[in-house]
Amino acid sequence: MIVTTQLTKRFGHVLAVDHVDLTVREGDRYGFLGPNGSGKTTLVRMVLGLVYATSGKIEVLGEPVPARIAHVLPQIGSLIESPSAYGHLSGRANLALIDAAGTGPGGGRRGRRARIATALDRVGLSGVDDRAVRKYSLGMRQRLGLAAALLRSPRLLVLDEPTNGLDPQGIREVRDLLAEINAAGTTVFLSSHQLSEVEQLCTRIGVIDRGRLVLQDDLARLRGPTGRVIVRSPDADRAAALLDGRVADRDADRLVVADSDAAGVNALLVSAGLRVTEVTEERRSLEDLVLSVTGSGSDRIDGGSAGRPGRPAEVASRDGAGT
Amino acid sequence: MIGVELVKLARRPRNWVSIVLLCALPVTVAIFVAVTHLAPPPGQGPALLSAVLSDGQLFPAAALAIVLPIFLPVAVAVVAGDSIAGEANAGMLRYLLARPVGRTKLLAAKLVALIVYVLLAVVFVAVTSYVTGRLLFGSKPAAVTSTGITTNNVVATSLSGTALTPTDILLRTAGTVAFVTVSMLGVGAIALFLSTMSDSSLGAALGALAALITSGVLVALNSASAVSPYLPTRYWLSWVDFFRQPILWRDIDRGFAIQAIYVLVFLGAAWANFASKDITS
Ligand SMILES: Nc1ncnc2c1ncn2[C@@H]1O[C@H](COP(=O)(O)OP(=O)(O)O)[C@@H](O)[C@H]1O
Ligand SMILES: [Mg+2]
Repeated sequence: MIVTTQLTKRFGHVLAVDHVDLTVREGDRYGFLGPNGSGKTTLVRMVLGLVYATSGKIEVLGEPVPARIAHVLPQIGSLIESPSAYGHLSGRANLALIDAAGTGPGGGRRGRRARIATALDRVGLSGVDDRAVRKYSLGMRQRLGLAAALLRSPRLLVLDEPTNGLDPQGIREVRDLLAEINAAGTTVFLSSHQLSEVEQLCTRIGVIDRGRLVLQDDLARLRGPTGRVIVRSPDADRAAALLDGRVADRDADRLVVADSDAAGVNALLVSAGLRVTEVTEERRSLEDLVLSVTGSGSDRIDGGSAGRPGRPAEVASRDGAGT
Repeated sequence: MIGVELVKLARRPRNWVSIVLLCALPVTVAIFVAVTHLAPPPGQGPALLSAVLSDGQLFPAAALAIVLPIFLPVAVAVVAGDSIAGEANAGMLRYLLARPVGRTKLLAAKLVALIVYVLLAVVFVAVTSYVTGRLLFGSKPAAVTSTGITTNNVVATSLSGTALTPTDILLRTAGTVAFVTVSMLGVGAIALFLSTMSDSSLGAALGALAALITSGVLVALNSASAVSPYLPTRYWLSWVDFFRQPILWRDIDRGFAIQAIYVLVFLGAAWANFASKDITS
């Protein structure tokens, strides 16, 4: 659905996106994760033909972008950075204007009311009155922005930080909505700086750090078993003795056992008459993984040095001059 | 998309307020003149105002002369300066383009909306001032005489005493409306270009006004006479030549031509800039 090849964007001497090879497949719920200022929005804008790449190629829905952008965009719903609307008009009037703007199938006057009603209903704004958007809360604006993205039942949803400004309840509703839309066949690409959001919704993640894509994989694989088993037992001392040599780590009643067979470990302990509170496969922590491949956010400005050790010179100089 | 832009134009209260204010200024002037019967002497004050006392039908033209120097260009610059920058500022530019609305198409729709606004403003001023003129000054048949229609440093040169029929006045006023509209589109094109350069509507409007003020200063400056035929405001007032007998076409034609050049050049520049620009707003 989205394939970028060595995609690069330079703003003056700021390297915002740096040779990114990104692949979003049909049906994915792709989470594009990165700290603030890492280049997520810039990449989203390039995919949507708003910002022109310095070098590299973009293919969206099988078509080259920006060359064939007019054919691609009618099949995409988008939310870019923050929702926007004409503040002096009502939510419905805003959707009507957006729906009337632009080309592509399914945009005629006929059925507009129904499309707007459906979109409002999906985002939980069906009962909204005629007040001007200026008077909306941030959460309502976010929902309205989502409604605009959903107006034409897109094949691909590109959402940049879609849950900004929502309360926990709203975040959950959006997550459920996106899962539902995805189940109905729409590919969802969403960017976020919040790991938990991505972890709970996505099937695949890409991690961007200072413009570079440092990780891209299926979530299931990333969170796969480590080949170790975690055992909690009130008889931890005896268990440790029994598992002799295979205990990799111990913290009070919690043992980390270097053995991939949880059932086998359990059977061994129980047959020895030990009480076992819990036996689970150890899984990789996404948070540790992501932190291990990213640095601190580039909105953090450390004084003095021109760069941190071990980083490529190009990135280092960008940091010193550009942030 | 043109329909969308026209709806946006119509649903923005500010646009109507500016048109009402534009119409109100000539009415205010008319009331003062009618009450005191003191028109500025020929050659001073807004063009044609002195002639209005004898024929209210000339008031639309006088009204345009009243709003032309400042009020109208300010209103046009504000609307044109807002066209792209305003969308950028509201964060809507990215959503319109991602809709998708082609960049060229968006610019064209903005231009059409701008033309409609200018026409509305000019026609509203003409119509309200026609009504005001008829009510306050009545309509004696106007005579093009050296004392009747006398304007800024131009005296009705040729014929004296030729009566202008109401049809004649209507046609000449229509010519004036067209001329003023085209002149304002020159301003609009400059502001529209600046509007694609900046994300600030105010900056774009002020930039266009700065260009006009500079032009006005240079036109009045003898030592700048070499460049003055090419300045945007040089022929702004040439429409008074519609009210001579016979009509003096020379400056009117030049005025149309120079505005056409400004419109084309600045629209071209606006398009070139907008089509190739990174939208980061
Ligand atoms: N218009 C611009 N001009 C210059 N630098 C920019 C511009 N837009 C973004 N940047 C820079 O590009 C980098 C990436 O920004 P962005 O894509 O907005 O990151 P994110 O969305 O991940 O927070 C930042 O360092 C930012 O300062
Ligand atoms: Mg961002």
